[in-house]
Amino acid sequence: MITKEDVEHIGWLARIEISEQETVEYMEKLNSVLEYFGQLDELETEDVPPTYHVAEVFNVFREDVVEESLPQETVLANTENKQDGAFRSPKIG
Amino acid sequence: MVYENPDGIRIGLEIHVQLNKLKTKMFCGCSSDYHNSAPNTHTCPVCLGLPGALPVLNRKAVEAAIKVGLALEGEIAEETQFHRKNYFYPDLPKGFQVTQYDYPIVSKGKVVIEGEDGEHVVGITRAHMEEDPGKLVHIGSIEKSKGVLIDYNRSGMPLIETVTEPDMRSPKEARRFLDKFRNILEYLDVFDGNLEGAMRVDANVSVYWGTRVEIKNISSHKGVERALLYEIMRQKNVIRRGGKITQETRHFDEGRGVTLSMRTKEEAEDYRYFREPDLMPMRVSDWVPGIRETLPELPDAKRSRFIEQYGITDMHARSLTSKIMLADFYEGVCAKGADPKTAATWTADVFLGELNYRDLAISSYDGETIGFIHAKDPQVENSFKVSDMVELVKLFSEGKVSDRAAVEVIRSILDGTEEKTPLQIIEEKGLFKAEDDLVTKAVSETIAENAAAVQDYLGGAEKSLNFLVGQVMKKTKGTADAKTARELIIKELKG
Repeated sequence: MITKEDVEHIGWLARIEISEQETVEYMEKLNSVLEYFGQLDELETEDVPPTYHVAEVFNVFREDVVEESLPQETVLANTENKQDGAFRSPKIG
Repeated sequence: MVYENPDGIRIGLEIHVQLNKLKTKMFCGCSSDYHNSAPNTHTCPVCLGLPGALPVLNRKAVEAAIKVGLALEGEIAEETQFHRKNYFYPDLPKGFQVTQYDYPIVSKGKVVIEGEDGEHVVGITRAHMEEDPGKLVHIGSIEKSKGVLIDYNRSGMPLIETVTEPDMRSPKEARRFLDKFRNILEYLDVFDGNLEGAMRVDANVSVYWGTRVEIKNISSHKGVERALLYEIMRQKNVIRRGGKITQETRHFDEGRGVTLSMRTKEEAEDYRYFREPDLMPMRVSDWVPGIRETLPELPDAKRSRFIEQYGITDMHARSLTSKIMLADFYEGVCAKGADPKTAATWTADVFLGELNYRDLAISSYDGETIGFIHAKDPQVENSFKVSDMVELVKLFSEGKVSDRAAVEVIRSILDGTEEKTPLQIIEEKGLFKAEDDLVTKAVSETIAENAAAVQDYLGGAEKSLNFLVGQVMKKTKGTADAKTARELIIKELKG
């Protein structure tokens, strides 16, 4: 069961402001999703390894070869918060 | 002698090392050669974390991790994979760091160091691959800064994080471990420790077998030793006053040499690790035999071989193999016919000492020349030729120059701006060992001019002999052999 505190915690981790009313709403919705997935618990999975990839693909690599990087102007094109070629951010702390 | 560890000190380290010998980053083809570049000029959608960009793992990064694992005598995982470590910080453009969690590529290794009581084994818990975040620069001072500037050139650089067991029992052992670890990585040719930010260390330490405190992000080996010395003293003081050590993270203020408590977060860390779905798991254990064959001779093996092959002392062998480039330089000198024992003394004792005195760090060796950069200012470069060392060792072995003159030659080459051979320097400075008749003349003069000292010596004051020898050295401008001068004076006075 997801509690109101859990929802607040998740909101904080995601840096999303959640109102009192939304907290209750999300709690109910998340619980119903979990309940739905809970049906899977009826299956016996003791000896089944978890599936993380549906494709049985291993070992995808690239060679250590330099490719062209983006020009600085392009990198900074989508932000107004820039200074001396760097992104500018408020102090976090 | 067994080290008792009277204060119950336990130190463990977490070392982040950049695989900066690779040409490209971990998951994209951006060049890793960004150190002297303008900000944000070595980035692409992958290392900027733009939506939809897909990472592909650099094969060489995995090979390097396996190399490191084998050199640490660790186990290489049958199957290994990446996770996402989620947190928000401006240096992390994606909002998560790609790292390894419960399936690290390396586990259970060890490194043998020169401990407080001889050889001491430090266990390696694990070593895993991860990506480096970008670099933050505070606008103004840290305390007053209103914001940060972010450079993502470093973002996505391949890192190996190595975690040790809390097996070190003193700050000195921690430093010895780091020196050895760095040395091993340089032997493997996966790492250049002279580059800024190449190695970052977190240390955890406890006293009286108690609660451990973590010190974050220390950037130098000396810094680690200083931070630990301070932190041990602080913990002991707290306990002496009846206080309790709380488990916390502290930050080392390099300038003031103290550790400071970092503001504790209101919420406990919650990284919500989950598997990185954009990267496929790896089964690379079949690479291991092939990679093992390519492993170079490691420091301990090289040290033993040097002792056996060149007949040099353990201390010289240890010092010469403490840097792969220095070891190669020494072997280059020996290969060109220099006497190995004499070459070891001049390379390990004098040459290395003069480098340390000048704060020069060895940075290259190409078979003919060993290069250095100034530890604090990498723009200052200098070099020394194998052929010059060979010539100098030869001149010294043949008795053509005194040891004082030979030291002078090494200094001249290190401090000189023009390229000169030892022979040229010796000729220019008149450093050839004085001819015997010159020394004899200086001895006669000295005896004639220092009647008082002669009387004292004959009366039994041995010290006066040293004074007389000094006078002879002065007259010959240091070119006389001190031992010869001494013998000549004794012969002259006592027959």
